[in-house]
Amino acid sequence: MPASRALTIALFVGLVALALFPLFGDKYYIQLLTKIMIMAIFAMSLDLLVGYTGLVSLGHAAFFGLAGYVLAMMAPQDAAASLWITLPAALGGAALAALIIGFLVLRTSGIYFIMVTLAFAQMLFFFIHDSKYFGGSDGAYVYFRPTAALTGVQLFDLENFNHFYYVVLALMAGVYVLLQVILRSPFGAVIVGIRTNEHRMRSLGYPTFRYKLVCFVIGGTVAGLAGYFNAAQFGFVNPELLSWHQSGIALMMVLLGGMGTLFGPVLGAFAMILLEQLFQGLTEHWLLVMGGFIIAVVLFLPHGLYGLAAQLGRKREAEND
Amino acid sequence: MTDTVLQTHELSKRFGGLAAVSNVSLELNVGRIHAVIGPNGAGKSTLINMLSGDLSPTSGRIVYRGGEITGFSADRISRLGIGRSYQKTNIFLGFTAYENCRLAAQSRLPSSMRFFRRATTYHRVRDAAEKALAQAGLENRAGTLASALSHGEQRQLEIAMCLATSPKLLLLDEPLAGMGAEESARMVELLKSLAAGHAMLLVEHDMDAVFTLAEVLTVMVNGCVLESGTPEQIRASPAVREAYLGTEDLAHG
Repeated sequence: MPASRALTIALFVGLVALALFPLFGDKYYIQLLTKIMIMAIFAMSLDLLVGYTGLVSLGHAAFFGLAGYVLAMMAPQDAAASLWITLPAALGGAALAALIIGFLVLRTSGIYFIMVTLAFAQMLFFFIHDSKYFGGSDGAYVYFRPTAALTGVQLFDLENFNHFYYVVLALMAGVYVLLQVILRSPFGAVIVGIRTNEHRMRSLGYPTFRYKLVCFVIGGTVAGLAGYFNAAQFGFVNPELLSWHQSGIALMMVLLGGMGTLFGPVLGAFAMILLEQLFQGLTEHWLLVMGGFIIAVVLFLPHGLYGLAAQLGRKREAEND
Repeated sequence: MTDTVLQTHELSKRFGGLAAVSNVSLELNVGRIHAVIGPNGAGKSTLINMLSGDLSPTSGRIVYRGGEITGFSADRISRLGIGRSYQKTNIFLGFTAYENCRLAAQSRLPSSMRFFRRATTYHRVRDAAEKALAQAGLENRAGTLASALSHGEQRQLEIAMCLATSPKLLLLDEPLAGMGAEESARMVELLKSLAAGHAMLLVEHDMDAVFTLAEVLTVMVNGCVLESGTPEQIRASPAVREAYLGTEDLAHG
């Protein structure tokens, strides 16, 4: 199919460009791109819920923030924590939280689901915000980036911003491929069926709650992966990472890029953060411009930037014929 | 009877003060089409919804192949081998006819918690889906989006999805609804061909079709069974004539 071939080419070109960028770009932009790619992972994990399963969560940042806090709590002040211990712990924490929260919130649907996910995320937010142990509203530091050393061998050094960049790039590509594989599996067929018509899925014999819960846990765990590397990159966590504001940013990236496409949220993350940079340089009222831009995209491009690109691609093809 | 598949005992459903179904007892057997007829609001759909697990009964029991299934969830009942079709076409419009059936057939895998192998490479699922499409006469429309099918074809697809789950008992809620004469004739042939291997409960308003297909008829009025018997018995019943039909409908059936 030409549409998917065009997508494959676009993905390949994008991947090569990102892989070559550190050879030319300066440190500031390498770190900016790292941040964007972390947010792209976060946005993809939300798209699995919103775009594919039809679960509009407004509390997805809970898992993003939680994983970051797991790292911050485990990291000693005078040495680097081991990546191989703290990463599984962070992912496990996010997965467990998603399992517990999902078990409760997935009994609701539609607008109630949105409100209940928001409520749970806010509960976690205030729990961390108000407790001294987690550093309260000031947050907590990760003094050293986790070390990847294992039995004396160190494959990469996260303190090196280039290494960090490539690790995050590999993870973003890995998450994209993993989710793509899952979406084509029997499990993926079930969750897409649930989004379209959950009632019919039940009458076909699918215990839908179980599938939604597993999906919620996968989404939460991947969000945790993003949150872990976010905390590692900035060396700092605060309750804002779990806030509904942070969940909203991910949701906007998904909408901006085009939900239910997986590639869309990646585009959305790039577009949103790069435009933020652009508008910030132009005016101090940049939030207003940004808001207007997002409203315009939602109004005029119902399938997001990805939809626009696909449309342009089809048009060109038609002209070439 | 030895080949009894499903029995209901005094099955009732109340919605607040309204008794939608009252004390309905019936028996469904393999190889026999059992039709339930009655005017709108007689409780026919509510009855089907209880048997399929979409609604749970207020009282009474449902026994399926020797085990009680009263109040089981819809997905569990489906996995036991009871398939249903809906009065209002209930298919996945954005999928092709084949994908609709493939998804239905996939539900017979022991579990769909399989994350890595492509869904389309499960041969057993593919075979079941293709067989169901062919049975329903849709093999030439496999690649067509469900939304692009004609109304009659969508009704056929509804049945095909049901068949793709390899049910032993079929609960069909007005399969002929809204069909033209030619489409109806095709559907009647399809249902006839399915009768041999399945037990079937058929709710239908098309009396010609009902009297052509059914071996047993149950007439419901206001949630209660008015009469039950062979088509001849129903046709001859004065109570049925008086309360429900009383008209030319049955006379020439």
